[in-house]
Amino acid sequence: MNAPRTLFDKLWDAHQVVPESDTAPAVLYIDLHLVHEVTSPQAFSELRARGLKLRRPDRTLATLDHSTPTLPADADGHRPYTTPEAEAQVEKLQANCREFGVKLHDWDSDARGIVHVIGPELGATQPGMTIVCGDSHTSTHGAFGALAFGIGTTEVGHVMATQCLLQRKPKSFAIHVDGELPKGVGAKDLVLHIIATIGVGGGTGHVLEFRGPAIEALSMEARMTMCNMSIEAGARAGLIAPDDTTFAWLEGRPSAPRGPDWDRAVAHWTTLRSDAGAHYDREVRIDATLVRPTVTYGTHPGMAGALDAPVPEATNDQEHRALEYMRVTAGKSIAGMPVDVVFIGSCTNSRLPDLRAAAEILRGRQVAEGVRMLVVPGSEAVRREAEAEGLHEVFTAAGAEWRVPGCSMCIAMNGDLAQPGQLVVSTSNRNFEGRQGKGARTVLASPETAAASAVAGRLSDARSVLKTSEAAA
Amino acid sequence: MKPLKRIRSRTAVLPHANIDTDRIIPARFLTTTERVGLGRHAFEDWRYLADGSDNPAFELNRPEARGCGILVAGHNFGCGSSREHAPWALLDYGIQAVLSSEIADIFRSNALKNGLLAVVVSESEHRYLLDHPGIELCIDVSTGCIELPDGGRFGFEMDAFARHCLLEGVDQMGYLLQHDDAIQRHEQRVERAA
Repeated sequence: MNAPRTLFDKLWDAHQVVPESDTAPAVLYIDLHLVHEVTSPQAFSELRARGLKLRRPDRTLATLDHSTPTLPADADGHRPYTTPEAEAQVEKLQANCREFGVKLHDWDSDARGIVHVIGPELGATQPGMTIVCGDSHTSTHGAFGALAFGIGTTEVGHVMATQCLLQRKPKSFAIHVDGELPKGVGAKDLVLHIIATIGVGGGTGHVLEFRGPAIEALSMEARMTMCNMSIEAGARAGLIAPDDTTFAWLEGRPSAPRGPDWDRAVAHWTTLRSDAGAHYDREVRIDATLVRPTVTYGTHPGMAGALDAPVPEATNDQEHRALEYMRVTAGKSIAGMPVDVVFIGSCTNSRLPDLRAAAEILRGRQVAEGVRMLVVPGSEAVRREAEAEGLHEVFTAAGAEWRVPGCSMCIAMNGDLAQPGQLVVSTSNRNFEGRQGKGARTVLASPETAAASAVAGRLSDARSVLKTSEAAA
Repeated sequence: MKPLKRIRSRTAVLPHANIDTDRIIPARFLTTTERVGLGRHAFEDWRYLADGSDNPAFELNRPEARGCGILVAGHNFGCGSSREHAPWALLDYGIQAVLSSEIADIFRSNALKNGLLAVVVSESEHRYLLDHPGIELCIDVSTGCIELPDGGRFGFEMDAFARHCLLEGVDQMGYLLQHDDAIQRHEQRVERAA
């Protein structure tokens, strides 16, 4: 009998072209390579310099997202790029994709969007695959039971030329989430709680597998939020075993298998789960019933806690400096802190259910005086669906800006950014010093907390905002 | 990549834990389509004051840190984004090696592929190095040894293949291309099974 294997073991074994040895890493086959404008130009140049073709254009998919403006083009079709370099970078990707025969979701594509939003939407992301991209949040695709991880530009070149990577097998780390999340508490709260528990470097060298009843109960979008943030604990990747929720979400998407192929695929995908008794290098148990709306109070995603809990005392210089930078006082909750900017978007939380949750809170309410709120859908598809439901009108009526899809203020390289000292409540994934603009202070939160904070003008629990207006009605 | 056998240089210390890749090279400089020229923006937001002059409080701006090729950094260096611009910026700035008690996975992989030595040392050795900025070290890739000025030695672990690639200047893309037959067989096997 074969030894029981984890989901990760199965994915790894199925993609080893050459197994690893003491002296050499494995040659690992990559099923899907996602490409964007920021981390690809030097890799294309490398291919050109070596006179190489891109090996599998059919396994390569490109989009524009990082450097792209989120304000629409003017009447002449000119887009308001933040710098000529940003525009040149986009043009470079357009030219490279033409030259190497890569399918690009360009400005005119109705599927363009953030790379980690469109892969799943198109059904290009499928269980059992290996997926890479020159972007650390590639871990998002692990929500489908795919081994998905971020790579650097040199490796982007390796995949372009050979469809393979040289990889040492990471260790495995099971995160069992027992029980049920309380009402009003979601995936973003849960994953911030987990990162705070295991630490910002707690996953380094490991592939996380989120499992247990609380994970099985999550929607695909919520699972993507979980896996997306795996990298914020330093993990190589995050995984969730595919199940009926996964299959129902994928069925009928443009690149998903059809007819008998679909049935065969589902039969295979159903085997993609950890066997009973499989060995993990590390395990931790999380009680979902104890999770509350959770936010970050410091300058890395591990400095997170319940919104209503007192901020812990700094235990070292780094944490002391972080609290000072954030203008946060240990021993006091950060609830009630005045907010300058609210950002709803990013590959973490820009999908339709995220926008619905935020709109639910903003409906019939106003963004507080002096607060700037940006809502940036993750893709053209999300934008269309949101507009069909009238969500954009809810946002604009409340005083928020409704933008064109892109990474926007998550990475703040397209001109969407906060000013020094401003406090941003953000549904994105990183609260590093200056991440959203030099000197800007970031509080990571769920779409619900972000929207409630926009209305109150202060960092607020969505449940109390909803309760207050119920009482007033 | 040029072969890299040993590095002899003085250390500069950045003691902060969790120095992320946005710190090393802020995202607004990622619109470049080249690998070179990022050194002047390394640690940009720590390094310069609002008027563009050097921030005297930044550790690497101190006179004794100038010209140091070995960076001793706090725990979990290079966390965050996968941007290879981070090791490109450090190399262009003049850093040849980074030592820490933990180095983030993607950063470490990117660094080694560019000949930036990324070495993890034990916590006690890390403490010693943090407490002794400016000492001259000799990091020997082949023996996996860091020699201290007083004759002491710290050993470090390095993946055998990564070591081989550094010592011989192995072209990893070339190495992968040599496996073309095996790659084709894998593709055929998968297509037959589908």
